[in-house]
Amino acid sequence: MPPAFTHVHASHCESGVMSALVRHSGLPMSEAMAFGLASTLSFAYLPFIRINGLPLIAYRMPPRFIIKGLHRGLGLGMRFEKFRSPERGMARLDELLDAGRLVGLQTSVFWLPYFPPDLRFHFNAHNLLVYGREGDDYLISDPVAETAVRCARQDLEKARFAKGILAPKGLLFYATRTPPAPDLARLGKRALARTARIMLHTPLPLIGVRGIRMLARRVEKLSLADGGASARMYAGNIVRMQEEIGTGGGGFRFLYAAFLQELAAATGYRALDGLAARLVEIGDRWREFALAAARMIRGRDALAPPALGARLHALAAEEKQFFRELDAAQRAWQC
Amino acid sequence: MRDRDVPQEGNATLGGRRKAVYAVAEDGKLRIVPSSGWEAEEIVTRQAVEDLERRAEAARARVLAGETSPLEYHMYRARMDVTLLSQSTGLWGWRVRRHFRPRVFERLPRRLRLRYAEALGIALETLGKVD
Repeated sequence: MPPAFTHVHASHCESGVMSALVRHSGLPMSEAMAFGLASTLSFAYLPFIRINGLPLIAYRMPPRFIIKGLHRGLGLGMRFEKFRSPERGMARLDELLDAGRLVGLQTSVFWLPYFPPDLRFHFNAHNLLVYGREGDDYLISDPVAETAVRCARQDLEKARFAKGILAPKGLLFYATRTPPAPDLARLGKRALARTARIMLHTPLPLIGVRGIRMLARRVEKLSLADGGASARMYAGNIVRMQEEIGTGGGGFRFLYAAFLQELAAATGYRALDGLAARLVEIGDRWREFALAAARMIRGRDALAPPALGARLHALAAEEKQFFRELDAAQRAWQC
Repeated sequence: MRDRDVPQEGNATLGGRRKAVYAVAEDGKLRIVPSSGWEAEEIVTRQAVEDLERRAEAARARVLAGETSPLEYHMYRARMDVTLLSQSTGLWGWRVRRHFRPRVFERLPRRLRLRYAEALGIALETLGKVD
């Protein structure tokens, strides 16, 4: 008999799902740890991917990065299965659930009826866990929901087989073994090095600190020729990516700071505590940017793209300094 | 962000649910704090929803004026664009756009209508009209 599953509220779907999967397979793991150990923190400005005419802006690495990162780092023996036919995809899910497994699914938010209507957009990379079924209902632990929820078979099938960008194709995943206790110092040091490298040295100018700068330059130049309508939509899009989707606030900066604190406590490498405090301040600056943009969108303040651009330039400078210090701390870490 | 500063502003777009936010507690540690919402977030979420609603309303007016088919209206109602509708139905974008012509839409065979209704998650009878 497998242990009973406990639902835990998380801020982000993928780190929430993966930490719950790891915990269920017998290893303590917080959401922040899962997020940080997989080196998920990032920034990307991808103007060539347009959703409803607006560019993709992300504060983290692409979907499935946490799943794959933890799978490799911890040795979870994850299995991934995709399906052409919805019938076979649903039958396989039933089979795994009946065998007592905890199964992760990739789904489209739009087709999940338990989501608030205003948040049901066509976002195809939402992760959730299924821990059982009762009649025609699946018992679902959606980490971004406060409590466990239920979803009817027909709706879940539609959510798993939605089409479009990042189409899930029925993807399901599960862990097959209890991982050995990890060497947190070694894994942590490597994860910090990777994040610093992504933020500072990705050879594409769209990723990391340079991506923030590029976005800043784009925002500065937003045209007000149409009375500001398109500039408002553009600014709103940045804030939605930063706050509305579950980032834990400040575009994942607070979540990563929580990881630094936890890693410091678990390994005794106290230099990370100071860095965590610094990152919380940077997260606060991101929140101030969001607030300034929202006030302009509502017309409470005059719409001023150069002012928003200046805030982003300042954030880029702060983050550059921060990730340099993070990199130095990681190099100085004897473990 | 301190835990006492976590916004509890009852964001309407969350539908009464709370989301997890990380904030600094008295002891200096970051922890999850459930938030009933932040007005800044509500503003940008409503902005996106209202933009889609505006598109649907504009399409509805054009359907009533005989300039487009109900398909375009239902596409916006389902928060889709031509690219996504085309991917969801497996039809080429130009065919979807052609089906926006009222005359073409009226003669659309049942199996194509079914395909659209299925992709949009609505009933076959709903597809033919604007409510």
